[in-house]
Amino acid sequence: MAINWPISPRRLRELGVLGMNQRNGEFIAEMNSRRYYPLVDDKLLSKELAEEAGLTVPQLYGVIRTTHEIKGLSTLVGQHEEFVIKPANGAGGDGILVIEGKQSDKPLVYRRSSGRPIDIDSIGLHISNILAGAYSLGGRPDVALIEYRVKFSPLFAKISFQGVPDIRTVVYRGHPVMAMVRLPTSQSDGKANLHQGAIGAGVDMASGRTLGGVAHNAHVTHHPDTHEPISNIAIPEWQSLLEMAAKCSDITGLGYIGVDVVLDRDLGPLILELNARPGLSIQVANGEGLRHRIDRVDRHLAHLDGHETAAERAAWSRENLAPMNL
Amino acid sequence: MRRFHLLFVVLLLTLVGLSVAYYKHSSLGFPLTPDRETETWTVEAQIAMDTGAGPVSVRFALPTAPPHYSVLDESFVSRGWGLTTQSTDRQQEAVWTKRNPEGDQTLYYQATVYRDQEEIESSPYPGPADPPKLEEPLKSAAEAFIEEIRAESADIQTFATLLVKEVNAARPHENIAAFLKPDATEAERTRLAIRLLAIARIPARMSHGVTLKDEGRNLRSTTWLEVHNSRRWVPIDPRTGKVGYPRNFLVWWYGDRPPIEASGLDESELTFATTRTLRDAVETAQLLSTIAQSRLIDFSLLELPIDVQNTYRVLLLVPLGALIIVLLRNIIGIRTFGTFMPVLIALSFRETELVGGVVMFTLIVALGLAIRFYLEHLKLLLVPRLAAVVIVVILLMALISIVSHQLGLQVGLSVGLFPMVILAMTIERVSIVWEEHGPADALTQGAGSLAVAALAYLVMVNTYVTHLFFVFPELLLVVLALTLLLGRYTGYRLTELFRFRAFKTLAHAKRPPAPEDSR
Repeated sequence: MAINWPISPRRLRELGVLGMNQRNGEFIAEMNSRRYYPLVDDKLLSKELAEEAGLTVPQLYGVIRTTHEIKGLSTLVGQHEEFVIKPANGAGGDGILVIEGKQSDKPLVYRRSSGRPIDIDSIGLHISNILAGAYSLGGRPDVALIEYRVKFSPLFAKISFQGVPDIRTVVYRGHPVMAMVRLPTSQSDGKANLHQGAIGAGVDMASGRTLGGVAHNAHVTHHPDTHEPISNIAIPEWQSLLEMAAKCSDITGLGYIGVDVVLDRDLGPLILELNARPGLSIQVANGEGLRHRIDRVDRHLAHLDGHETAAERAAWSRENLAPMNL
Repeated sequence: MRRFHLLFVVLLLTLVGLSVAYYKHSSLGFPLTPDRETETWTVEAQIAMDTGAGPVSVRFALPTAPPHYSVLDESFVSRGWGLTTQSTDRQQEAVWTKRNPEGDQTLYYQATVYRDQEEIESSPYPGPADPPKLEEPLKSAAEAFIEEIRAESADIQTFATLLVKEVNAARPHENIAAFLKPDATEAERTRLAIRLLAIARIPARMSHGVTLKDEGRNLRSTTWLEVHNSRRWVPIDPRTGKVGYPRNFLVWWYGDRPPIEASGLDESELTFATTRTLRDAVETAQLLSTIAQSRLIDFSLLELPIDVQNTYRVLLLVPLGALIIVLLRNIIGIRTFGTFMPVLIALSFRETELVGGVVMFTLIVALGLAIRFYLEHLKLLLVPRLAAVVIVVILLMALISIVSHQLGLQVGLSVGLFPMVILAMTIERVSIVWEEHGPADALTQGAGSLAVAALAYLVMVNTYVTHLFFVFPELLLVVLALTLLLGRYTGYRLTELFRFRAFKTLAHAKRPPAPEDSR
């Protein structure tokens, strides 16, 4: 019992677990036309698109495009003491700087989300790194977005450590197929990144209630920092959240995307970012492979003309894609 | 549809690659393994002459498409003589001329030959031989003799064999005793055999050659008999009637004539010296295909200048490294820094050896990282920071070389071949991963990169592999085919079987309870 043997490929296939190669070769390559990639890779573009479609997103305070604009940062942020700086083309959450408030006015020093102070020069340097392409794919020059810092809803406060928990929904051909909540831990340094040790908790599609969680691909029932149980927390406005996710698929034209939503204390669900290459850990978090749900969507779509509203699609998903037993 | 298209392309590439390689191996003799050597012979003909006064002209027969052998190379040593080569009646000849030779003169001809065929090539039938005019009673005697042998033989070959045996018999047949003097020389007996065969209208000819032996000196030519069996010339030992040339027999010239025809000579003597040499098999194959005028070899890398060849020796391994990367990333699932960075690192390992390379790579990246973290404090812009890291990396490399030289370690000197820009980019990538995802991730990916580089190196320095891809670059088509095939692999990666281990228990837990056994 000491050795944790790997699972057999046959069993994985039975469970409908999607592997990286299959995801890349059969879903991303087939369903996502490369020309639409910039719509999700460029967070500025996707933010504009989402706003046009009437979806709620964190408010954009401003964009810094050139090095000399960095000086204007303080006027750009204006009276906002809390804000987030992120590269428009960053990958995997790299290069995001969260400012929690001012430490002192003179000299200008801010406070990072981790509590550490950061002076305005260091912020400027971080922005210039973003502009030079330090965090963008292929090192291309980038722009920096300054936007509203989410005041996250107390819903997950008990089961997250610092940082902002978010809800990732995978949308296949316009239908939300699977969702999970990503809960930051001390190990993940307050980031909602599963690779770094954040907890992924599956969500029941029908009810919007959290299921059990996983960390580092192993089961957890309680948050390691707060020791609170992870499961059975109801996400409010679940239907509208799924509708938002479904709409994101429409506005980007991508057939297989991940939609990251945060719950704001005051503003409700906000779309944080879109991902054309959503990871596979969501399957572990839900204890279920994506394949069977995807097949069910395909079968469902075979009888339809594809003009259902986002609300109809979200409702269908809730009815038909609840955890499926094998 | 796309599936079949891909399979078709893959099959086509594999087929072309393998068949070209097979042709080069089987027909042109390119060896599959690097250390193969082939046996070649160097034959030297020495013509010693005693010249009189006045101009001299020497015609000397040269080996021309000898059976079993190919002439790879030839050279003439004849200081002060005019030399032309000409070809008459399917026989190559060298003609040496000199207006005023004095006293003893020696001419040399040297050829490198290589045994490349076991079968004798077929040649067109020259037509039935003209029967010699014979007076009676010799005519009747010869005809009776021929009839007798014909009755005992099955075909041209056995006929000739029997005939030669009779001619050489200690007590010749009464019908041919009249043709033979008891002390007839070999050449005379052969000549008689040819005349008798002509009565049977069988074309026959004399051939002369040398028996090759290692360190052979002062060898004389021996005479042989060839009869045409309507498909090819069949050699027959004119002394024993045995069919076929001995293994080391090199035919030099044909016909009942001396190899040297000279004017203005008092005397000449022809001797041969032979020696066995082992030559690189690739070189032999290359010479051979140049002689065979194979178009294929014009496109060979072996024709390029040596320094360009050496570049390609390395370059041709990059595709193989790329294939290994594809395997390790898409089938195994190892994470690395940069897609092809490990291949470049592996290439530089070629100079440093594995252990030295790994140690130096780790050392440079670790030191570079330390400097990079220090530079972070200086708050530099990205491009100047990268430039600074490049400069620091080069300084570190110089330092390592100097220190290791002082310590007498040779391996440190080859550090200069590390791709420093790649190193600088790696350091930058590592530091970003380190900051954003933590040291654990950075170290995992770093170790993954090194492991991949080491594996790629081990494959790429394998002498068999190097040899194979350099001599048979068409095998790259097979590598391409494999890569295309792997490009459609959508199965699980090996690491995913570990990553998704949690499903072993999860899936069971989620299963509906099995219905009660109602027995």
